[in-house]
Amino acid sequence: MIDNIALTESTYYILLSLVSPQHGYGIMQQAEELSKGRVRLAAGTLYGALGAMVDKGWIEQLPVEEGSRKKEYQLTAQGRRVLEKEVERLRELADNGERILGGEIK
Amino acid sequence: MSERKTIRKWFWVWDFEKEERWLNEMALQGWVLDGVGWCTYHFRRCEPGEYTVRLEMRPYDESYVAFMEETGAEFVGRMMAWIYFRKKAADGAFDLYSDIDSRIAHLDRIGKMLTVIGGLNLVMGILNSINGNGIGWVNLLCATLLMYALGRIHGKKEALEKDRQLME
Repeated sequence: MIDNIALTESTYYILLSLVSPQHGYGIMQQAEELSKGRVRLAAGTLYGALGAMVDKGWIEQLPVEEGSRKKEYQLTAQGRRVLEKEVERLRELADNGERILGGEIK
Repeated sequence: MSERKTIRKWFWVWDFEKEERWLNEMALQGWVLDGVGWCTYHFRRCEPGEYTVRLEMRPYDESYVAFMEETGAEFVGRMMAWIYFRKKAADGAFDLYSDIDSRIAHLDRIGKMLTVIGGLNLVMGILNSINGNGIGWVNLLCATLLMYALGRIHGKKEALEKDRQLME
């Protein structure tokens, strides 16, 4: 795995939404809620991203409950590490931005 | 029962966004897409603006359709490798892609399809011409058209990739 990666905004919010098990539509709602309506994941984008993240081992699909067609996903330990690293990176970005722009932003 | 109508219309593959716009204009006028066929669109009466219609190229995948339905979208039909969905506007905004990467991936899927069909036509065209089979020129014409389409799709992709260098 590349060490110095930056997650896309979609990836970041999908991973954050999956700290507890969630199905597709739940992820979309959660991302929208967390970002106060700014991030709206489209279904096609989300579907592709979920597949890619399962392949990478960042999330896993939970066994499908009987009588339900909804697939639920959850963060793996590896996914959690990726997410923690990203939070650290984002903090650095935000800190530097605030420090350099100084009083210009409120 | 509800009123229906059928319209025959042709869109070039690189005009898929135009096709989608047209379907949404129809929905705004109170005609929602209810089925698709070869250059054929079936509509059903609806409240003006009741639905948003979306289309994309994607090999048919049951679990994808189930996923879409889970988010409140309705599968309308498919034609060739194109798949059509609609969603009630009251159930929220409806888009298939929300970032540049997935739009690029979609254009890649279209590009791959065009390359395969175009390549086949090229081979068939050459073989038919060598064998003195009269229809060789039809294949070659198709191949030329498909390669042109590929160029148009590639142009769209390049524009997105330029954006992607700076944003997502």
